[in-house]
Amino acid sequence: MTEISMVVNGKSVKADVPDNTLLVSFIRENLRLTGTHVGCDTSQCGACVVHVDGKAVKSCTTLAVSVQGADVTTIEGLANGDLHPMQAAFKENHGLQCGFCTPGMIMSATDMVARYDAEGKKLDEAAIRDELEGNICRCTGYHNIVKAIADGASKMTNA
Amino acid sequence: MSEGIGASVRRKEDKRFITGKGKYTDDIKQENQAYAAFVRSSHAHAIVKNIDASEAEAMDGVVAVLNGHQLTADGIGNIIAGWAITSKDGSAMNMGAWSALCTEKVRYVGDAIAIVIADTQEIARNAAETVMVEFDILPAVVSPEKTLESGSPQIHENAPNNQIYDWEIGDEAATDAGLASATHITEMEIVNNRLAPNPMEPRAAIAIYDDAEEHYTLYTTSQNPHVARLLLSAFYSVAPEHKLRVIAPDVGGGFGSKIYVYPEEIACLWASMKTGRSVKWTSDRSEAFLTDAHGRDHVTKAKMGFDANGKIVGFKVDTIANIGAYMSLFSSVTPTYLYATLLSGQYDMPAIHGNVRAVYTNTAPVDAYRGAGRPEATYLVERMMDTAALEMGVDPAELRRKNFIQSFPYQTQVIMNYDSGDFPGCMDKAQAAADIAGFAARKASSASRGKLRGIGYSSFIEACGIAPSAAVGSLGCGVGLWESAEVRVNPVGTIEILTGSHSHGQSHETTFAQLANDRFGVPIDSVQIVHGDTDKVQFGMGTYGSRSGPVGMNAIVKALDKVEAKVKKIAAHVLEASEDDIVIEAGEVKIAGTDKKMAWHEVGLAAYTAHNLPEGMEPGLKEGAFYDPINFSFPSATLICEVEVDPETGVTDIVQFTTADDFGVIINPMVVEGQVHGGLAQGIGQAMLENVVYDDSGQLLTGSYMDYAMPRADDLPSFTIEHNNVPSPSNPLGLKGCGEAGAIGAPPAVINAICNAIGNNNLSMPATPSKVWAALQEVSAQQAAE
Amino acid sequence: MYEVKYHKASSASDAANIISGSEDGKFLAGGQTLIPTMKAKLAAPSDLVDISQADGLAGISVDGSTVTIGAMTTHAEVAGNAALSACCSSITSLAGNIGDPAVRHKGTIGGSIANNDPAADYPAAMMALGATIITNNREIAAEAFFQGMFETALDDGEIITSIRFQAPEKAAYAKFPNPASRYAMVGVFAAKTSDGARVAVTGAGADGVYRQSEMEAALDGAWSADALADIHVSSDGLLSDIHGDAAYRANLVKVMAGRAVASV
Repeated sequence: MTEISMVVNGKSVKADVPDNTLLVSFIRENLRLTGTHVGCDTSQCGACVVHVDGKAVKSCTTLAVSVQGADVTTIEGLANGDLHPMQAAFKENHGLQCGFCTPGMIMSATDMVARYDAEGKKLDEAAIRDELEGNICRCTGYHNIVKAIADGASKMTNA
Repeated sequence: MSEGIGASVRRKEDKRFITGKGKYTDDIKQENQAYAAFVRSSHAHAIVKNIDASEAEAMDGVVAVLNGHQLTADGIGNIIAGWAITSKDGSAMNMGAWSALCTEKVRYVGDAIAIVIADTQEIARNAAETVMVEFDILPAVVSPEKTLESGSPQIHENAPNNQIYDWEIGDEAATDAGLASATHITEMEIVNNRLAPNPMEPRAAIAIYDDAEEHYTLYTTSQNPHVARLLLSAFYSVAPEHKLRVIAPDVGGGFGSKIYVYPEEIACLWASMKTGRSVKWTSDRSEAFLTDAHGRDHVTKAKMGFDANGKIVGFKVDTIANIGAYMSLFSSVTPTYLYATLLSGQYDMPAIHGNVRAVYTNTAPVDAYRGAGRPEATYLVERMMDTAALEMGVDPAELRRKNFIQSFPYQTQVIMNYDSGDFPGCMDKAQAAADIAGFAARKASSASRGKLRGIGYSSFIEACGIAPSAAVGSLGCGVGLWESAEVRVNPVGTIEILTGSHSHGQSHETTFAQLANDRFGVPIDSVQIVHGDTDKVQFGMGTYGSRSGPVGMNAIVKALDKVEAKVKKIAAHVLEASEDDIVIEAGEVKIAGTDKKMAWHEVGLAAYTAHNLPEGMEPGLKEGAFYDPINFSFPSATLICEVEVDPETGVTDIVQFTTADDFGVIINPMVVEGQVHGGLAQGIGQAMLENVVYDDSGQLLTGSYMDYAMPRADDLPSFTIEHNNVPSPSNPLGLKGCGEAGAIGAPPAVINAICNAIGNNNLSMPATPSKVWAALQEVSAQQAAE
Repeated sequence: MYEVKYHKASSASDAANIISGSEDGKFLAGGQTLIPTMKAKLAAPSDLVDISQADGLAGISVDGSTVTIGAMTTHAEVAGNAALSACCSSITSLAGNIGDPAVRHKGTIGGSIANNDPAADYPAAMMALGATIITNNREIAAEAFFQGMFETALDDGEIITSIRFQAPEKAAYAKFPNPASRYAMVGVFAAKTSDGARVAVTGAGADGVYRQSEMEAALDGAWSADALADIHVSSDGLLSDIHGDAAYRANLVKVMAGRAVASV
């Protein structure tokens, strides 16, 4: 057992956890923030994506003890108030059906927009599809997810 | 903005999902919760000689290790298939015993042997590894053809040569005569590859036993909680129906794989009673690949005959359907009544004969997966059509047009009575949207870049909203296939609609509310859809087979009719008018042509105060309905796929994908198109990426996303969806169903397009780059030889 | 995942000390391969020594034509480094196509090289660039370092601290991803270096990454895809699996090599 502390969605949290606790288990089981999901065992589906110190990572492939002191954002903490522009874009463009992959999709989407903005690169349809390599959706065929991310990106940039 | 029928209303359910507040089964935690893990067979076929759980039982945190002998001793029944198929010789199907926990024998890798209950998931899983099972390994068989051969391993004692049934449909003599008269016969052997459904939420269950009440609650990832309760009580004897509540909360996709009651739910419920603990089990993805029911897996030999004018004169089909190690709930009907009844496709065929043999193999059970039988029929028919066109040197679209059914109703030779459609119209719209006229120029442009361009068609029809109950009963179905609904208008005028349908991505909370808006003009925000809980909704048949629209919504309409009638009676009484003069518009109940009216909520209040109701009328405003369709519904479409193949690597890019669909009346176009997109992705996945592979010993080689290729965003194009809707005359709303269309229609369009591009018609699914490249080498070798 | 004891190392020497005192310890870099392997219970180390934050192990320096990349530099950092891109864009674009964005935020060059997955990208670059793998004890030439599938010259407790190579005159990497895993089914790194042309292949070889000497000789004659046209790539010694047989991989080796060369 190791005592870990970090800031999750702006709140300081602390817990004793076994060293083999995955970050996703810590978030779901200890903090009971169940919006972060587990959809595979091999780090490919992306349902578990959260931001650690501002970067998208797969929380199923990260040990909780290894992010001691970090600033973690999950889907529950993305918005300041009502909805984040990317969340609103997913609703507006019907970018979700069953909703299971959606939190990871949105967390990956906001990360990709931030990176492309920082690098001054254009996030076109091909780039969005390429950037989604680590996020699998079985419901939407990605058509409306791609539209939602493009829409959300322009709303984030204009926000 | 309108919120009624035909409006692309944004979804009411979205907010909880986009903010991470959805409640899926694994998100729920009980007091006193323990966790289950299963001891599973690592062999495809073996006798279980001994189970030694002593090490596991001694571990700290282990509550119990329970096995199949204890389960059987407690009277828990075997898992069954719900549709009896009779062989052509009149014999009943050979259903082998399937116990939730194996006792004597295991029959596929992943077969459950024991359940371990522990204080944490980790302890349960670690303990399960320590359970020593002594096996006597038997030879295994995984191929649907080899399993029928004499000398193959015998999987179930009551199924000689592993055959479950040998069934036929249509007229063999007439078909043989038709083929004898043909001037051209196209003959093919077609394999429909095995798929893993892969909803992104893995299956999960929480079983809660209340000793004082002798009552069970099951949270489960189900597409049909009432059917689950029925099976668990009436057939598996876990608990009587009135002592079992099944809740399917938010469910993360199903695609058929969550229709069934699996061994895990049975074992968890039983273990909860045995241990006095709430028992939670969550599958991981590896377990899902091993144990979720797979889809497809057909091997078919077929002949289609044409006369000198290119008209079909006979179609003869011989299919072997791999059912896997056990008969899952819909496994018997999927390759028969859901498959062979669609062999006529969109075409006027004077004679058809289909023969289907269902067989056991040492593989995971195979059952209905998005489309269920209809994709297999469509792939067969539409590959035959393109191949025939190629062989006869005619345009594949023209060959289809020549054979399209033109007038309705149309009685096929294989049971179905098509009620409506416009097949040439769909073809016209698809061809226009896909710019067929410009294809030659695009092909030349591709060639100038060293690429091979091709185009492929698929014109399909499917049967949805499987019904009527009496008809399916006569064909062997164990249940009725109606749907129920209840509409409750509260005293303040808000509305709750209770439905037996279940939404696991289909958007019911929005589209079902649109029906109430359309009828009464109430805002959809004042309408709540209640589903997924057997304590709240009295009964229902659930969601699969594109039935929530054509069956589920029409049940709501029937209940709305009754509410409307009562509302009019109350208003007529209060307003002192004739019932016939009352109209309901925009949330107001009026006397037509006057300014006399009641607000919607005033009628609700009047119904519940009951101070001034018509003589003899009961108070309250709540109506229920059971809707049993008079026929199936028949969505249809033409799909056109255009591909560009890189001949050096065999990589195929889908450069354009167009559909022109007939879904009848559409409630919410945004939602319908979303359903089509998702179906297309699964169809394209089957055609180009996905394949479940077992080695000869029955070990699963595609047990994770490292080896099972799921469609990703960069594998797919954006889609062009056109509509050519002809309302269904068979249900009040005129709906046809849209959930499975893409998955049914897409595979042959893709394969036809690739074959067209590479000049080789010998290509099987999935058409991976390596297979396409190999097919191109065949072409080169042939050209070199010539 | 079985129980494990986690340690965060402050430096390479701290890491070496911790691991020498452990029963069966492993170094944890980005964890993008090791953690899934442990989740699948295919690895069960007693201790994990996290070197991802250890001092002096991350960072990129370009000094004239000498490139040094700290072992704990993430794929995203390599991909996004402007100075590196200016002198060796082949390595930055390679890094930008490893895994997916979230994996690239965690995975490191040192972790990838130490693991030597036969389908990983970096080993091909290291071989083709004639890189030197620098550890806490010594310097090892890439060719001596990679010793077959998942095998390297690393001793127990030895830590890669950085890698060093001379920026090539030109170089490119062409990858053909496995449709399921997106690892390289075949990846060819071709470089024109001061020591001549060097071509290394990942994903295809039954013994892991290897150099394609026939292609190197042809490219020494003329750096062009045409120079490779007549080379027959044998399928002997190449992998066959459900995603593609050896003949297909042999074809891809040739096609990807041609594309890499043609792109620069």
